[in-house]
Amino acid sequence: MHLLIFAILFPFLAAALIPLIHRRLGPLNIGWLVLAVPFILFGIFAWQIPGISSGDTIAATLHWIPSLGINFSIYLDGLSLILALLITGMGTLVILYSIYYLSPTDSLPHFYAYLLLFMGAMLGVVLSDNLLVLYVFWELTSISSFLLIAFWFHRKNSRYGAQKSLLITVFGGFGMLAGFLMLHTMTGTFSVREIVSTIGQYSDHGLFYPAMFLVLLGAFTKSAQFPFHIWLPDAMEAPTPVSAYLHSATMVKAGIYLVARFTPVFGGTSAWFWTVTLVGLVTLFWGSFCAVRQTDLKALLAYSTVSQLGLIMSLFGMGSAALHFGDGEAGAVYGLATFAALFHLVNHSTFKGALFMVVGIVDHQVGTRDIRRLGGLMAFLPITFTFAVIGSFSMAGLPLFNGFLSKEMFFTASLNAAGLPAFSAETWGWLIPVIAWTASVLTFVYCMIIVFRTFFGKHQPKKLDKKPVEPPFGMLVSPAILSILIVGVFFVPNLLGDHLLRPALNGVLPGITGAAPHISAWHGFNTELWMTIGIIVVGFLLYKYLRIWKKVYAIIPEGWTFNALYNKFLESLEENSNRLTSKYMTGYLPHYFAYIFGFFILAAGGTLLLTGALSIDFSTDTPIPSYEVILAVVMAIAAIAILFVKSRLTSVLLNGVLGYSIAIFFVLFRAPDLALTQLVIETVTTALFLLCFYFLPEWKPEAASKNLKIRNAVIAVAGGLTVTLIALSVRAGNLYDSISSYYENAYELAGGKNIVNAILGDFRGFDTMLETLVLFIAGIGVYTLIRIKGGKETRKNED
Amino acid sequence: METIIIFLVGILTAVAIYLLLSKSLIRVILGTAILSHAVHLLILAMGGLKEGTVPLLGEEAESYVDALPQALILTAIVISFAVTAFILVLAYRAYQELGTDDLDEMRGVNDE
Repeated sequence: MHLLIFAILFPFLAAALIPLIHRRLGPLNIGWLVLAVPFILFGIFAWQIPGISSGDTIAATLHWIPSLGINFSIYLDGLSLILALLITGMGTLVILYSIYYLSPTDSLPHFYAYLLLFMGAMLGVVLSDNLLVLYVFWELTSISSFLLIAFWFHRKNSRYGAQKSLLITVFGGFGMLAGFLMLHTMTGTFSVREIVSTIGQYSDHGLFYPAMFLVLLGAFTKSAQFPFHIWLPDAMEAPTPVSAYLHSATMVKAGIYLVARFTPVFGGTSAWFWTVTLVGLVTLFWGSFCAVRQTDLKALLAYSTVSQLGLIMSLFGMGSAALHFGDGEAGAVYGLATFAALFHLVNHSTFKGALFMVVGIVDHQVGTRDIRRLGGLMAFLPITFTFAVIGSFSMAGLPLFNGFLSKEMFFTASLNAAGLPAFSAETWGWLIPVIAWTASVLTFVYCMIIVFRTFFGKHQPKKLDKKPVEPPFGMLVSPAILSILIVGVFFVPNLLGDHLLRPALNGVLPGITGAAPHISAWHGFNTELWMTIGIIVVGFLLYKYLRIWKKVYAIIPEGWTFNALYNKFLESLEENSNRLTSKYMTGYLPHYFAYIFGFFILAAGGTLLLTGALSIDFSTDTPIPSYEVILAVVMAIAAIAILFVKSRLTSVLLNGVLGYSIAIFFVLFRAPDLALTQLVIETVTTALFLLCFYFLPEWKPEAASKNLKIRNAVIAVAGGLTVTLIALSVRAGNLYDSISSYYENAYELAGGKNIVNAILGDFRGFDTMLETLVLFIAGIGVYTLIRIKGGKETRKNED
Repeated sequence: METIIIFLVGILTAVAIYLLLSKSLIRVILGTAILSHAVHLLILAMGGLKEGTVPLLGEEAESYVDALPQALILTAIVISFAVTAFILVLAYRAYQELGTDDLDEMRGVNDE
């Protein structure tokens, strides 16, 4: 097996092993064993860096359903490698952190099994080349995210958040699947690489734009883009390590990965450029705007994640313009946005991961994350405070931290996009840097809130559950590593840029050379630097006078938030489907029979008429002796008479007449075995009917209304007619030869001269054996129904 | 002859459906019994009637009637007997417990 396929399967295998080994571990925390999985995988992927950065790609295929073009094909290029390193690297840090974060009373085997499930699925998403395989892994990440958000399932909010995230992301996933199928219809392949190489000739195809928007729907729901962002704040009910891992560093980046992966397919068109850029910018602004008003630190981080994801998304949108120009100077200028997107993708994982861990530590050590109760913690948690400053200042885009570099590049890209000589950017392009700058001011404000409201100000010991002390050393290791990375990347950014970002850029913008810049912190006093200085000044003022302008948030009425709309939609959906179902599921048997026969008449009879299969041909009929006609007439009269008789005894006897007449027909039609069986069975059945009548109430006349009787009669006659017509048509046409001649060798094949018996006892002996099983079950049923008492008591228990 | 049998099958089916649509449980059971009669005749007629002698190989005849429908019907007769017996007893038990054989009164309680 190829190493990369093993890398995807390894977490799944480990997850399956957890329930087997966790009991034997004794006091050892299972997290220490689980920790090895992402660590080993990180090593495997890190080993690939030299090869990938020199321009190689790795592909491997495991045949799955080759006849349908569905293969387990793996493809590792620069873009996949960055995400794979994030998944495994952050995975290692988060699992280390969780060992100290989770309490031993939590169900650790479940937690780590879900986490490994997620890790494997996420690796599958970023490494799959086949779209359907990618889709399966994609939905698996949604499911594992659902399980992890609902990890503390005894809380109502956890269940609500889990359901919300699942509904929204799976809804988008279905859209994405439809988009994938459209791509397959156009190009005839499920392989991303083959689609990229052939899509050029399909840009006029009618499905090109529907496929684009459906794929984007999947990406936007997964990456919590406006207006689908509402699931992410509710997902914060998950344990903090999960929030740090899934809902900021990896899973929500799957949508961004998808956009990056499909940029070579759809990029270069005006629709892609504007949709991705604008949705990203609106999300960037709205996320930062909402983050400022939050009082729960985790909710604040959730909105800030939404905002930052919007930033990365909009950068990928702007960068796609490079494909419009192709290789050259213009391509290189606009391609810078994509480089910035990849850079910020990595940076965001480092500082947001660190911040989530810091908030987790505060919550763990103090017992609350409400900023109204926090304050003055710097003196008690100096190390945690340091990490908080590093993470927040990096997110705010201040120098000495990696966020500064990618933020400056973001401004460069937005200024470039404003002057784009294509896609009618002349009219509205100026909006891009304006929104970018405004949102960055708000970002600065909430970053200050995180640091100053939590760690400065007055300490309020009365409002806290516990006395704050620094957490155990192990809990500090992961945020420490991330903080070192944040600062380290600022000083040696080109190590990252040359080895990881440049090869990834080739995956997003194939054929565009020269877009990857030499990263440097100092560009002189250019517009970008003035923008940053402006952010610091205006942001500081806004933070200072927050209380005054906070009234802005009251403008939007409660009932009109997206959350309220979502809740209303879900409620009315439930109500209406309930109403609809209870309309036809009446619990009344005759109604159900009416549906069944009505459907049968419409479907079978309708098909018969519409397809013109109806044909009647009497020529193959055998001659008609008079005594047989008499018998048939007797049966018909007896059957119709059953409907009108007043006494139930008469009706059962008439049923007997039918049964015995059929026995006579069996004799006439050369079926002696049937006749014998029918005689015996009919006698027993009639006796059984009479026996039951002894216990059952008198036969009441049908108290139905006339309309109902007519309706029933119509259904009955139509049903009888349908059967008759189908049978006549079957008689008239002979599509296939009869298979019965085979059984005429019964003596040679089965050693029996009675063909019917040979069929039952030998050719279809297994069938007959199962038939006796059915009889046996019916017998047990009859016996049980008669003997077992106390039905009423058991019913009470069920209530 | 087949055409007459097919018309007979149609009449039996119509009667059976009408009985199945009624409110009384006993009539419903009677309906299932008649429906199985109809189906047995139908299967036999579909295989062709009297196109040979009894399917016993010792008869030294030129041709035998189709044995396969007969085998199927034999199975069907036995199974329909089992079903009829079971629902008869079910009706008996339901009457014992609920005091009615009227399906309108037997509607399940709402589970919420």
